[in-house]
Amino acid sequence: MSILINKDSRVICQGLTGRQGSFHCQQCIEYGTQIVAGVTPGRGGETHLDVPVFDTVSQAIAETGATVSMIFVPAPFAADAILAAADAGVELVVCITEGIPVLDMVRVKAAMQSYDCRLIGPNCPGIITPGECKIGIMPGFIHTPGSVGVISRSGTLTYEAVYQTTTNGLGQTTCLGIGGDSIRGMNFIDCLELFEQDPDTEGIILVGEIGGTDEEAAARYIKDHVTKPVVAYIAGVTAPPGKRMGHAGAIISGGEGTAAAKYAALEEANVKTVRSPAELGSAMQELLR
Amino acid sequence: MNLHEYQAKQLFARYGVPVPRGEVARTPAQAAAAAGRLGGAFWVVKAQVHAGGRGKAGGVKLATSAEEVRAAAAAMLGSRLTTKQTGAAGLPVNQVLVEVGTEIARELYLSMLVDRSKEQIAIIASEDGGMDIEEVAAKTPDRIITVTINPAAGLQPYQARQLAFNLGLNAAQVKQFVTLAQKLYRLFEECDAGLLEINPLIVDKSGDLVALDAKINIEDNALFRQPDLQAQRDPTQEDAMERSAAEHDLNYVSLDGNIACMVNGAGLAMATMDLIKLHGGEPANFLDVGGGATPDRVAAAFKLILSNAAVKAILVNIFGGIVRCDDIAKGIIKAVREIDVALPVVVRLEGTNVDQGKALLASSGLDITAADDLTDAAIKAIAAV
Repeated sequence: MSILINKDSRVICQGLTGRQGSFHCQQCIEYGTQIVAGVTPGRGGETHLDVPVFDTVSQAIAETGATVSMIFVPAPFAADAILAAADAGVELVVCITEGIPVLDMVRVKAAMQSYDCRLIGPNCPGIITPGECKIGIMPGFIHTPGSVGVISRSGTLTYEAVYQTTTNGLGQTTCLGIGGDSIRGMNFIDCLELFEQDPDTEGIILVGEIGGTDEEAAARYIKDHVTKPVVAYIAGVTAPPGKRMGHAGAIISGGEGTAAAKYAALEEANVKTVRSPAELGSAMQELLR
Repeated sequence: MNLHEYQAKQLFARYGVPVPRGEVARTPAQAAAAAGRLGGAFWVVKAQVHAGGRGKAGGVKLATSAEEVRAAAAAMLGSRLTTKQTGAAGLPVNQVLVEVGTEIARELYLSMLVDRSKEQIAIIASEDGGMDIEEVAAKTPDRIITVTINPAAGLQPYQARQLAFNLGLNAAQVKQFVTLAQKLYRLFEECDAGLLEINPLIVDKSGDLVALDAKINIEDNALFRQPDLQAQRDPTQEDAMERSAAEHDLNYVSLDGNIACMVNGAGLAMATMDLIKLHGGEPANFLDVGGGATPDRVAAAFKLILSNAAVKAILVNIFGGIVRCDDIAKGIIKAVREIDVALPVVVRLEGTNVDQGKALLASSGLDITAADDLTDAAIKAIAAV
């Protein structure tokens, strides 16, 4: 089992014909993902990577019955692309695009309340169910099917957690990068809820970072609703206040969003926290022994 | 991107938000002439720097004659102003804003920002204007009033009234406040602001609302559609190294330590800093070379790191996903040869083509220390200092 995606997921790509879209879709197809259509306005009727291209998301969905869309559309057009997917009836939108204006996301999040559609990202590596389906830009080969669910706000730090759990033999059920922006789709809590319900997920690794209070909210949720062991790491203990650390959302402002506050909240919820990202895998192994 | 106070006030004026009459000056003579043109009994001369806390630092002066305006401007222009927000080096003062003095009856606080948890624009107001608002929030949270705005409906008059009545404004002022708040909301949306702050928003002696100060930050991700605002960028107010990094698409933040880091990915870059600290060292910077790190970009990153004289060792930490470790290794070798790096370099590579990458480094003949994992890398870098 897994969460959100599996070997039967049928996926379209908005921005398939672009440089990023082409490269990463090729990788996804090689991994085994069923990319069944692409959408590029004005290129409908063409074939790209042996995949049919449509002008609109609704046409692509009507023709292929896909339920997931992966978005590589450039930032100025990405908010439009997300809503196009939601409006076409897609169940899951995975938006890889980095640099979407925050006020665009304010409007997108408000509009998405009218749809039964989940959003992962933006500014994220995507989601993967090892051995079945990869929707995103993560290197497939470091993953292996197994028992740990991984949720992270960072891309490369997700890979660290994945690699460690692959090396020590635990493997992963599903791994999600929820993105580095301050306003995003699925949050820690949404993912925790799904992993808690997934019978194959035995433990959960949560990788947070400075900025906002989502880790604190996750801690409260874990305390009340999660029975499975959780290991957490928070990046940015040494980050100075007021500086944006790469990710738009990684900023300590007004005394809010410090790593210390997040660690304290997680420990209060009996989460096993580690001060070094190198210990994520071994800490999970301890708990699952 | 931050705007100067005078730029923010020009935007306010364009949107019909009341501000004191003023002119920007680049020389003491211009400042004195501006005072003459503006008229009035007294003036305020304000240093234009991208930092708060100017008043306490001597960056805001009252003057009662054109000669005093000239003297105040002469003292500020060409100097560096150090406030509690600037760091010890301070920021250069290249312009001053000369304004007609305003008699203050009350000082209020008003700001707009994107509330992350509510995912909406929020307006924050307080009767405690002119003070450090974070301190007010910490000590007397009941004196802070907040409304959040549904993006579909926009700011509604009842929300503005709710703030206005809580601020203790009279009927005429409530009307002014509602209009002012709606104009600011339109500005915030149309200009893609990330933060807009008026501290203080005053009630003057005749009972009218005036924005006595103005701070606007434009969200970086939206600059592509705000060319007029982007043209107002003042690079003299930015950290030289951070600016040079941005020109190479590198994310760089200066820190006070002596171990430089070069990492792919923002999260891993923060984690690398944390690891150095955890094992007893001090990181010199945050540096994310991004997902598409080419040999040229790696070389640019090395140059940037080396321009910081405090650096005594360099730690490179790469988890190759889409980036291939052999490409990174080539970039490191190229950079170390070309720039003649004399400092110890510790490299940890993992991920795609890691074996080829390690082999390239080992056979390069260069003095590069290979690390086996994250912890090993941090310990070796600290030992090399």
